[in-house]
Amino acid sequence: MTDTLTVKSHRRHLHPAALRAMHWINAIAMIVLIGSGWKIYNDEVLFGWLHFPDWLTLGLYAQHGLQWHFFAMWVLMANGLCYIAYGFYTGRFRRKLLPIWPSAVLADVKAALTFKLAHDDITHYNAVQKTLYAGILLVIILQVVSGWVIWKPVQLSSLTDLFNGFQGARLVHFLGMTAIVLFLVVHVALALLVPKTIGAMITGGPEVPADPEADPDPIPAPAE
Amino acid sequence: MTVRSPSPSVFRPPNGVDRSILEDNKKLIADINRRKILRGTLSLGALTMLTGCSVGDSGPIQSFLRTVSSFNDGVQELLFRPNHLAPTYREDQVVKPPRFNAYYEIEDVKPVDGASWKLELAGLIDNKKPWTAEELYKLPEQDLIVRHICVEGWDYIGQWEGVNLGQFLKRIGADTTAKYVSFKCADDYTETLDMATALHPQTILATKYAHEPIRDPFGFPLRLRTATKLGFKNAKWITAMEVTNTFIPTFWSKQGFNWFAGI
Repeated sequence: MTDTLTVKSHRRHLHPAALRAMHWINAIAMIVLIGSGWKIYNDEVLFGWLHFPDWLTLGLYAQHGLQWHFFAMWVLMANGLCYIAYGFYTGRFRRKLLPIWPSAVLADVKAALTFKLAHDDITHYNAVQKTLYAGILLVIILQVVSGWVIWKPVQLSSLTDLFNGFQGARLVHFLGMTAIVLFLVVHVALALLVPKTIGAMITGGPEVPADPEADPDPIPAPAE
Repeated sequence: MTVRSPSPSVFRPPNGVDRSILEDNKKLIADINRRKILRGTLSLGALTMLTGCSVGDSGPIQSFLRTVSSFNDGVQELLFRPNHLAPTYREDQVVKPPRFNAYYEIEDVKPVDGASWKLELAGLIDNKKPWTAEELYKLPEQDLIVRHICVEGWDYIGQWEGVNLGQFLKRIGADTTAKYVSFKCADDYTETLDMATALHPQTILATKYAHEPIRDPFGFPLRLRTATKLGFKNAKWITAMEVTNTFIPTFWSKQGFNWFAGI
């Protein structure tokens, strides 16, 4: 009995509860931000050929889109800060996302395109996954920064200059949104191809050692 | 059709489009005016609000989102730096004429008669004597070349001249420890500024644009121009100003736009 309990404390789910909560909070906040952002964009488009259809946008009029956007941004930022702190503190970033070797990325892209990329073991991210997950994190950070510049171009005027002005920040914010939407399409499509990954993000997935590098085997319980 | 001045956005042609055809056929296109279509969609929108078809435009979600918006007012008040100046620009970057914006189209502007116009004063002000345009136009002028940023996302650089609002408030003996400065306008528009913004060095009561008296569509004879707020906060055709500690809801804040609207 003591044995099992002690061993269990050194093993945990692939996706611990806190991480799963943050993943889904982020997903909802991001979808709200995209839908309301499209509503705001439609009022003054960057590209004449691009208007988002009304049924895809969130909010009846521009002010409602703005209200949703300026609510969900707090959720995304607070949740994102928790996620970053968690990623560094628990070592998850180092364990799951690093290192990313260009040669490994190239090899895995090649394998993926020829449908030879293995995904039996969902506890291990391949180099393409690592690149996309680390990359989308950086895009979301850029999205938060460009969003702040659009909100406060005068109070943050030095930051606004880095984006080549207010319209520059709008363009970056739009391109960041595009990258996130493309990521979302690929991410959801691949998750549907390997449905157990979705299950893992809901129930936690298989149990793994708490820190596989430092602690490859469960430590036996000390004798009573 | 909206006649708008060209925006300096890199995505727009720098010189705008040729408007002469529009001017020549003004009567013809009056019948297919966008306003009428807009009116139609407005009543359609009202219908969906009544039936509750859209999420969060009324009811408890809307009141929650408005609470968040009030929270955002507070955050912006904390972020506001009273002495941080907005970037200013060169005269050759000024867009002429300025870009029109109001809650109606430019052809519906009702010009204000400058000769009979008066600025009424109310609230926590010692000297409430109304001001004529002639008197106001004699006050020392401040030159302000700043970027106008609209909540919709467009922007342009404009050159405005007029008396500094902070100095004007002191001249009329206003209580500058009060919380708000509220404006009423000839077109029934209302706007309220927080006192910190009213006292910002780049907030003026503008009487001129690019060295000429402001023209009718842009707020003649008196409008607000502040460098630290979104475009819609800059009330035009001002007829009354009140210094007060009581928050007076504004034209757009009543419709759900964020009140502070600082940039």
